[in-house]
Amino acid sequence: MDFQAFLQSLQPLLIPAMILFPLAGGILLLLLPRHELHKICYGTFYTTFITLLLALTAAGVFDWERSGEVQLKFDLNWINAFGLRLEGGVDSLSMWFVLLTTFLMPLVMLEAFTHLRQRTGDRAKEFFFWLLFAESAMIAAFCATDLIFFYVCYEFTLIPLFFLIGVFGSTDRKKAAMVYFCYSFTGSMLMLAGILYVAWFNTTLPVEELVATGALAADTRLALPQLGEWTFNFNHLKEAAQYMDGTQQAFVLLALMCGFAVKVPMFPVHTWLPLAHTEAPTAGSVDLAAVMLKLGSYGMLRFALPTAPIAVVDYAPFIAVLCVIGILYTGLICWVQKDLKKLIAYSSVSHMGFVVLGLFAINNIAIGGSVFYMLSHGLSTGALFLCVGMMYTRLHTRQMSDLSGLGKQFPVWAFFVIFFALCSVGLPGLNGFPGEFLTLMGTFQAPLLGWPFALAAGLGMIVAAMYILYFVGKVIFGPLKIPTDTSHGPIETHDLNFKEICTLAPIAVVCLWLGLYPNPVLVTVEEAIDPIIIPAERVMQARLEAAPIETADGSNADWRGQTLAANAEGGEP
Amino acid sequence: MNGMVEKLSTLGPEMCLLIGGCICLVTGLDRLGAVRRATVWVAALSLVCAGFLTVDFEAHDHGVFRVGGMAPYIKLIVCGVGLILLMIAAGVPMQLRQTVQAENAKDFEPGDILRGEFFAFFLFSLTGVMLCASADDLVWLFLALELTSLPTYVMVATAREKTMAQESAVKYFFLGAMSAAVFLYGFALIYGATGFTSFDMIRQTAAMQIETHGAITPMLLIGMVLAVIGVCFKIAAVPMHFYAADVYEGASTPVTAFLAFTPKVAGFVALILLLGLVAWFPVDGEFVQLPPVLVALLWIIAVLTMSVGNVLGLLQKSVKRTLAYSSIAHSGYILMGVLVGPGLVGTHGAVGDGIAAVLFYLPAYGLATIASFAVIGCMRRNGEEADSFDDLSGLARRHPWLAWIMMLSVFSLLGIPPFVGFLGKVYLFGSAIQAQYIWLVVIAVVNSAVSAGYYLHILAACFFGDPDKDVQRYPAPGRRLGAGIAAFGCIALGFLGGWIVNATHDANIPGVDKSAAPITLDDSDDQVSATKP
Repeated sequence: MDFQAFLQSLQPLLIPAMILFPLAGGILLLLLPRHELHKICYGTFYTTFITLLLALTAAGVFDWERSGEVQLKFDLNWINAFGLRLEGGVDSLSMWFVLLTTFLMPLVMLEAFTHLRQRTGDRAKEFFFWLLFAESAMIAAFCATDLIFFYVCYEFTLIPLFFLIGVFGSTDRKKAAMVYFCYSFTGSMLMLAGILYVAWFNTTLPVEELVATGALAADTRLALPQLGEWTFNFNHLKEAAQYMDGTQQAFVLLALMCGFAVKVPMFPVHTWLPLAHTEAPTAGSVDLAAVMLKLGSYGMLRFALPTAPIAVVDYAPFIAVLCVIGILYTGLICWVQKDLKKLIAYSSVSHMGFVVLGLFAINNIAIGGSVFYMLSHGLSTGALFLCVGMMYTRLHTRQMSDLSGLGKQFPVWAFFVIFFALCSVGLPGLNGFPGEFLTLMGTFQAPLLGWPFALAAGLGMIVAAMYILYFVGKVIFGPLKIPTDTSHGPIETHDLNFKEICTLAPIAVVCLWLGLYPNPVLVTVEEAIDPIIIPAERVMQARLEAAPIETADGSNADWRGQTLAANAEGGEP
Repeated sequence: MNGMVEKLSTLGPEMCLLIGGCICLVTGLDRLGAVRRATVWVAALSLVCAGFLTVDFEAHDHGVFRVGGMAPYIKLIVCGVGLILLMIAAGVPMQLRQTVQAENAKDFEPGDILRGEFFAFFLFSLTGVMLCASADDLVWLFLALELTSLPTYVMVATAREKTMAQESAVKYFFLGAMSAAVFLYGFALIYGATGFTSFDMIRQTAAMQIETHGAITPMLLIGMVLAVIGVCFKIAAVPMHFYAADVYEGASTPVTAFLAFTPKVAGFVALILLLGLVAWFPVDGEFVQLPPVLVALLWIIAVLTMSVGNVLGLLQKSVKRTLAYSSIAHSGYILMGVLVGPGLVGTHGAVGDGIAAVLFYLPAYGLATIASFAVIGCMRRNGEEADSFDDLSGLARRHPWLAWIMMLSVFSLLGIPPFVGFLGKVYLFGSAIQAQYIWLVVIAVVNSAVSAGYYLHILAACFFGDPDKDVQRYPAPGRRLGAGIAAFGCIALGFLGGWIVNATHDANIPGVDKSAAPITLDDSDDQVSATKP
């Protein structure tokens, strides 16, 4: 019984432990002598593996019945006077992303161990330090419930990738690293300004007056004691932001989207991604594609949608247009790529367009599909990058013109490539399908978007099938062609070894499982999505009812409803 | 006479540093090598003593220890950062120093060699900063500002062999003299407009003018404008920034680190005190804001300073020049806080007090800048001071610790959380947003993003480049230690900055009555209620 109580008391420590463990492991790693590669490898692998176990424990302790609630909370004071706190916890949405991150990391490490000396020289421990650092930052970003804490972790993911690309990348690494950092940093600085603006707006809220007039329910006031004070707690800011007018919300949405759209990346600001991906080492590419891009869409979902509902409703069609352009345009770019990594990188942009389109359809189906799509894209694109990386270590080229008919020489590799390519295209029965289907269906049903968007995005699926099948056909089938240029190192022609199969097989199993039985994810995520879309749904509802409220005497309509009605009247484009 | 004695009794720390400087002059000239070598320790001891005296005076005044004013806060910062600067200046091992000292005195190069006068000037300049902080009279403020600057002219010029140092010293001296003339002219006009040199009396006169005419007289206003522009030289703000890049590049690196911090602190303190003469006090129960002319002037200077600093920073080939422009840009950010002023402090927490944000940002900026200059000071290309990006190339391979120190300081300057620079930026930007300078914040944010370009260039050189055999580490353990402490400070204060935040929040500016500041934000309340039916 005591033991039970003891376990209970440990619960709030679970998430901080999960966040700090990889970081601590990374710092210990730096203390090891640089030539002991074996120790470094084992140390890294076990660190990520134990982090995975911690995440699984957290998932076990997590009460999935109440999956919409934030559980396993922790709360640390940082700078009291600024209202800065390190506050976090997980709901089902965060939990799934944490599981994705921690699941992929050991596999990424496993891949990185082959040819370690060739790839990293004598700086292996630095390499793994930055990877572990990135893992910590990503987990923390998914768990944060305080906006500044989230911002801190979000910025922190930049630093490891900057060094991973810049130090361990290929020829054009310096430029890629600088472009990546500058793009993301510019976006996130604007985001910081937006966050500060919302926090300031919260301090100006006349709370007592609102409670007195009944605009703010008394129990909401009790639940959010710091309303009207300087705080960055997201629940408070979300509530406060509801009192902004349309213009203010539009600026906040613009600022937040500046940060998130660069990270996702959305159509006009996507140009850093192919560069960063082609130059990054495989482990960096996988991290970037599978998890870090999701931080952008996760941020949109978690923070942008509920904070600025009026602006979201106003501008959802514009954003959706950008998404559709992104889907089709980058899909067509994929088709003409010659570099394998670039092809997959552009396909990421195209796929992330689906994700954002789903988010801005603002209904349960589309957003559920979009979240599912994020998870499955993380798995399949990550795995494709791993496959390309494995081939690159053997043949030292990524040019499609140098490669052909690899299926004959590398059958196991070819199996995995085809499998993940089909996942990525969205073959029914594999993990790409449910997400894509639900996103399109939700978009079709969305009052703001409707069938033209669904149709255009549907065309994107066809484009995706074109370029993926073109790539598979070109590289795997046809007459065998292997480069003979050994200037970059000896050409190896053996198929995947046991370690590499161990890297890819778990991902394939999960892909298949998610494709055949997506319900656990969809059902648990749905509850977490509800509170996120309620503000925007309320705005849409108010717009529909705008006329009756105007004509009524307004005595029973609440303060917010009237604001919304007034906004709807004035803010309609 | 009594007033004089009373005033002197509050100047314990300043007198301590002054005496320390005089002793340095004597010991530096001593015939015995052992005594000469003790000079550094004398300087260090006097800084420590001054720090203790500051704490002691405060404890005496308030019963318990608490940093309860701008003056003691600045004094403590000066003592603390001064110690780090001393480590960086003096971090040359004994043997190297002795041999050169014995050979001839002509080749003096403050980056390599130690001489007594150097430390005397060092301490005199710091004394000037402290005196600035406790100034309560125009004449006093002028003398204190000059005491801060004059020794720095000599410190730049002491590297006798380098023509570049001579050139920059001459530039620095003449432009400094010109700026002194400008703000002295401003002080004279202020005196002419009010008839007093004492801050209290000027403030009372200004209050009377506002009460009767609704605004201060044009002559007082012109005096203020001139004084502000003159002081811009000290903080290297546009339009008085031209000297900065040349002087920072020409001076020996430890001196550059000193220049990037000390005159700047004095300048900002002087600026706060001067602006406090015409605003930020109650008249008829109403809180007086800055006159619109000064608001416009400061707004334009802030925007120009940060933009010019960051854009020109992108174009530099020399790391020292880049960091010089970075320091100009940071002056622009800090000016935002000065512009916001101490007003509008509500019950919402610390954010909103611009002056407190300035006081917080000064050490945050100082530590990071000093650490980055110190790292450059640790490198030599064939005996010459390292300066270009190529000289830093591959630093991470050969001297990982130096590279990591550089990384920490650069990230702090860039404002990446959780380093102290990030907190400083949140503090400054938050205050500016609270004062409704939204566009200023947007410009500052874009500027921060631009600055990423050159800061990353430094990091890219350190981490991505290949090592160059011609570049060696200079055997200066103290300098490395100083850099390490400064960089560690950037992290530690990032997590434990709460203490400083409280200290800056408590820091009452003499004569400025914060309790009169409006508690609620009337404007913004209107804004919220405007959306109501």
